[in-house]
Amino acid sequence: MAREKDVEAGLKEWEEKTVSKTIAKYPERSEKFETISGVGVNRLYTPLDTKDMDYRESLGFPGDYPFTRGVQPTMYRGRLWTMRQYSGFGTARETNRRFRFLLDQGQTGLSVAFDLPTQIGYDSDHPMARGEVGKVGVAVDSLADMELLFDSIPLEKVSTSMTINAPAAVLLAMYIAVGEKQGVPMAKLRGTVQNDILKEYIARGTYIFPPKPSMRLITDTFRFCSDNMPQWNTISISGYHIREAGSTAAQEVAFTLANGIAYVEAAVNAHLDIDSFASRLSFFFGSHSDFFEEVAKFRAARRLWAHIMRDRFKAHDPESWKMRFHTQTAGCTLTAQQPDNNVVRVTLQALQAVLGGTQSLHTNSRDEALSLPTEQSVQIALRTQQIIAYETGVADTIDPLAGSYYIESLTDEIERKAREYINKIDGMGGAVTAIEAGYPQREIHDSAFEFQRKVDAQKRVVIGVNMFAEKGRQKLEYLKVNPEVEKEQAAVVKRLREKRSPGPWRDSMKGLKTAAQSNTNLMPAIITAVKAQATVGEICDVFRQLWGEYKAPDIM
Amino acid sequence: MSSSKKIRVLVAKPGLDGHDRGAKVVARALRDAGMEVIYTGLRQTPEMIAEAAIQEAVHVVGLSILSGAHNALLPKVTELLRKEGADDVLVIAGGIIPEDDVPGLKAAGIAEVFGPGTPLSDIVDYIKAHVKL
Amino acid sequence: MAATELVEGVLQGDRRSLARLISLIENEDPSVGYALSQLYRHTGRAHIVGVTGPPGSGKSTLVDRLTTEYRRRNKTVGIVCVDPSSPFTGGALLGDRIRMQGHALDKDVFVRSMGTRGHLGGLARATSDTVRAMDAFGKDIVVVETVGAGQSEVEVIDLAHTILVIDVPAAGDDIQAIKAGIMEIADIFVVNKSDLPGADKKAAEINAMLDTDPRERAWRPPVMMTNARGGEGIAALVDKIVEHRKYLEDSGLLAQKGLQRSRDELRTIMSYKLTRELMEKLEGRPEYEQALRKIAERDDDPYSVAERLIAEFLVDYGRSVKENGERKRR
Repeated sequence: MAREKDVEAGLKEWEEKTVSKTIAKYPERSEKFETISGVGVNRLYTPLDTKDMDYRESLGFPGDYPFTRGVQPTMYRGRLWTMRQYSGFGTARETNRRFRFLLDQGQTGLSVAFDLPTQIGYDSDHPMARGEVGKVGVAVDSLADMELLFDSIPLEKVSTSMTINAPAAVLLAMYIAVGEKQGVPMAKLRGTVQNDILKEYIARGTYIFPPKPSMRLITDTFRFCSDNMPQWNTISISGYHIREAGSTAAQEVAFTLANGIAYVEAAVNAHLDIDSFASRLSFFFGSHSDFFEEVAKFRAARRLWAHIMRDRFKAHDPESWKMRFHTQTAGCTLTAQQPDNNVVRVTLQALQAVLGGTQSLHTNSRDEALSLPTEQSVQIALRTQQIIAYETGVADTIDPLAGSYYIESLTDEIERKAREYINKIDGMGGAVTAIEAGYPQREIHDSAFEFQRKVDAQKRVVIGVNMFAEKGRQKLEYLKVNPEVEKEQAAVVKRLREKRSPGPWRDSMKGLKTAAQSNTNLMPAIITAVKAQATVGEICDVFRQLWGEYKAPDIM
Repeated sequence: MSSSKKIRVLVAKPGLDGHDRGAKVVARALRDAGMEVIYTGLRQTPEMIAEAAIQEAVHVVGLSILSGAHNALLPKVTELLRKEGADDVLVIAGGIIPEDDVPGLKAAGIAEVFGPGTPLSDIVDYIKAHVKL
Repeated sequence: MAATELVEGVLQGDRRSLARLISLIENEDPSVGYALSQLYRHTGRAHIVGVTGPPGSGKSTLVDRLTTEYRRRNKTVGIVCVDPSSPFTGGALLGDRIRMQGHALDKDVFVRSMGTRGHLGGLARATSDTVRAMDAFGKDIVVVETVGAGQSEVEVIDLAHTILVIDVPAAGDDIQAIKAGIMEIADIFVVNKSDLPGADKKAAEINAMLDTDPRERAWRPPVMMTNARGGEGIAALVDKIVEHRKYLEDSGLLAQKGLQRSRDELRTIMSYKLTRELMEKLEGRPEYEQALRKIAERDDDPYSVAERLIAEFLVDYGRSVKENGERKRR
């Protein structure tokens, strides 16, 4: 107490004498400082800002509740984070080549980007797929494509993350079938399906079905995996896209965790035991450009989730309380102008994620504001992670920024703001109802607009864009997807439909419809269908006809 | 000419990508600049965009696309508008569009391409300077 | 292009002509009056359905579903969606089309989004004439979706044959309950989002309110339940709209409404035309400015000035109409 009083007095004196004198002569750069999310930033943080903090309760120890300092007892001293570069483009064969290149370069996990028709459940020859085949990811129409995608990659040795949501169950079924062909039982498969439909409605836009049947598909995969795939993460509850859509850091945490709550509730309502699936939930965040705010955000999210799982859902197993997450550096901070600067941005953002205790990391490539990354750019991005891991020493002690007055008070502040949002969403009847009413979408849009206005007014600096801009663009080699891919892929899927044996296919489609109309788990019927060479589009069409399609609310 | 004449703009997202942050932010900026903005949402085919432009009698069509399908979809929009006799409509685009593709798009009737980092006021000014009312 | 050149196209069903005519109506282009007078004889066939209700009640989705049902019954549909314009910038974000993408390529559905451009009462000034243009264009059904911003949206009553008032089961504080004034204009109540808890209660509340209505009415507004998102209850709602139309016809109310509408409309056109021509003559003229100053300085009073100016105007106006008529005859 005496010490506190002493600091208080000292602070007052410093402000009134030393600082005011300096400011009189040299005014500060700005009257008000705030984080990129609009949280006010003080001139100085002192023990006074953390005086209410109870160490054991707020921070605890790594591997222990509330996991503010990390989910594993030894963190990166035991094993470094998984370096996992998201990639995929063109045909399965091309992407397979890129995968093998990345594994050769020391990448430790795979992360599959699918093209938009695959993500929205259209085959490559569907009219809606026009112009999109193989563009933002690899085109996968059928099991045959999936087999090519993982050709010569032993599935028992890699962990694979698949960014697939509305048709996640279908792609998971294909992965299981590929494993089976390689002789790897599904119990041994390791990886993640994103499977997070709610953030698709909020921010990313690759939804197909309305919320209710979508939630059923998700809980069906939860149950199937908890019974059969103990090493598989059934969902990656994603804040990344919410942030990319323009949210603040606190909104990212809040809306992501509110979605998490909705999934847990749906599963519990489907009579799943919370401890049977909770430890297979994983999360995914962005790492934006405000250094300390981002570190604090990761820590706040971890602590908040632990509270929710232990106190709200009464999970017993401490494993269920742990928030494990993947991080990607923020794509929206990349600039098309002076693209080499992006290497520096990515480095800092990657460092934030590591200081925030991420379990895996994707570092963006410098050319991604222009197009898909070239092999050379991807290599620099991966090397960035390797430099942080092996050269800087930041991985050698756990949660090194803990105890910083600023970091701790920012962690508290983000948690407080996120709680407010979650309470509001609870009051509206939960995440699904809030989304249908357009609430999170509107909040995010407001933040995005506000941010853009600040950039335009030069209140937010973007180097190379609104400050230190240069005339003319720096030329950069970029990756072009061969436009012939679409024709080829469309021909392949047409041929497949002609060549496959029609009997098993027809039976499997019937089985799928029956399963969808009943309450049985859909996974087995989907696995049967993909093995009978049913395409992603055909399987999704069965569901479309029964369930209809989601229509977005007008949020403006 | 009546003083109540307003610039009407259709903001649309052709193709399948769901990244509508840019489209929505631009829509709002145009609204704040006094324009009437019709937003049609995600997953618009060129046919849907052209039909909406006709029915709404817009002066400007703004297309936002980040999926890389621009070469396949954008020229189709201008072609359809031409077919309907609506070639006086100013068609502009934004999103992730590599520099090398811009000349081809311009030749196809896309008046201007705005890349990432374009200030909102540039888009507003461009429209005001080039729109045919 | 002047409105007169578009008349032919509108009557022949050319979408582009209709779209351009609506723009001219919105812009209050002087050529519109003549065009509308040419179209007038071709109107009166469409069934005009007004849809109103608070924000978040699912109006656009309901209109979308109604359209689907009407199309199933081979009716052509015109839709006018009104959204508020910003009072500060005059701009507007018109997002109702998002919900109607299912009809985007149906040539028999014509959707027009419209900002209020400062007009109050739930519609835009141009809405009425736009509906008429769609009627002349040949649409069987014209649906008008009002702003729904909670202001008193009674203007639609002058326009529509059948008015649907949408409400939803009480939910979070983001959805406002419909205002009492709006309840009275309903021909049919729709409790949308019938899948939400409290839907039956909402319907019972509306029925209880109708029970207290002292007016003797041959048509007691029915309360229909829909779940527009899931498409439930829509066919029954359309049946009910058809029934209401038949009731209007059989009871002679349709003819009465028509007469009333002519009366209102003629009055509106006259007063609008008079005011506009009067103000065009006066504004900016030195005598007028001087009169204003005198009023402000209490040298004169607005009542006498108004009388004097109108009297002068009417003499001039009469002379010019007569001269115009003679010129036309020659």
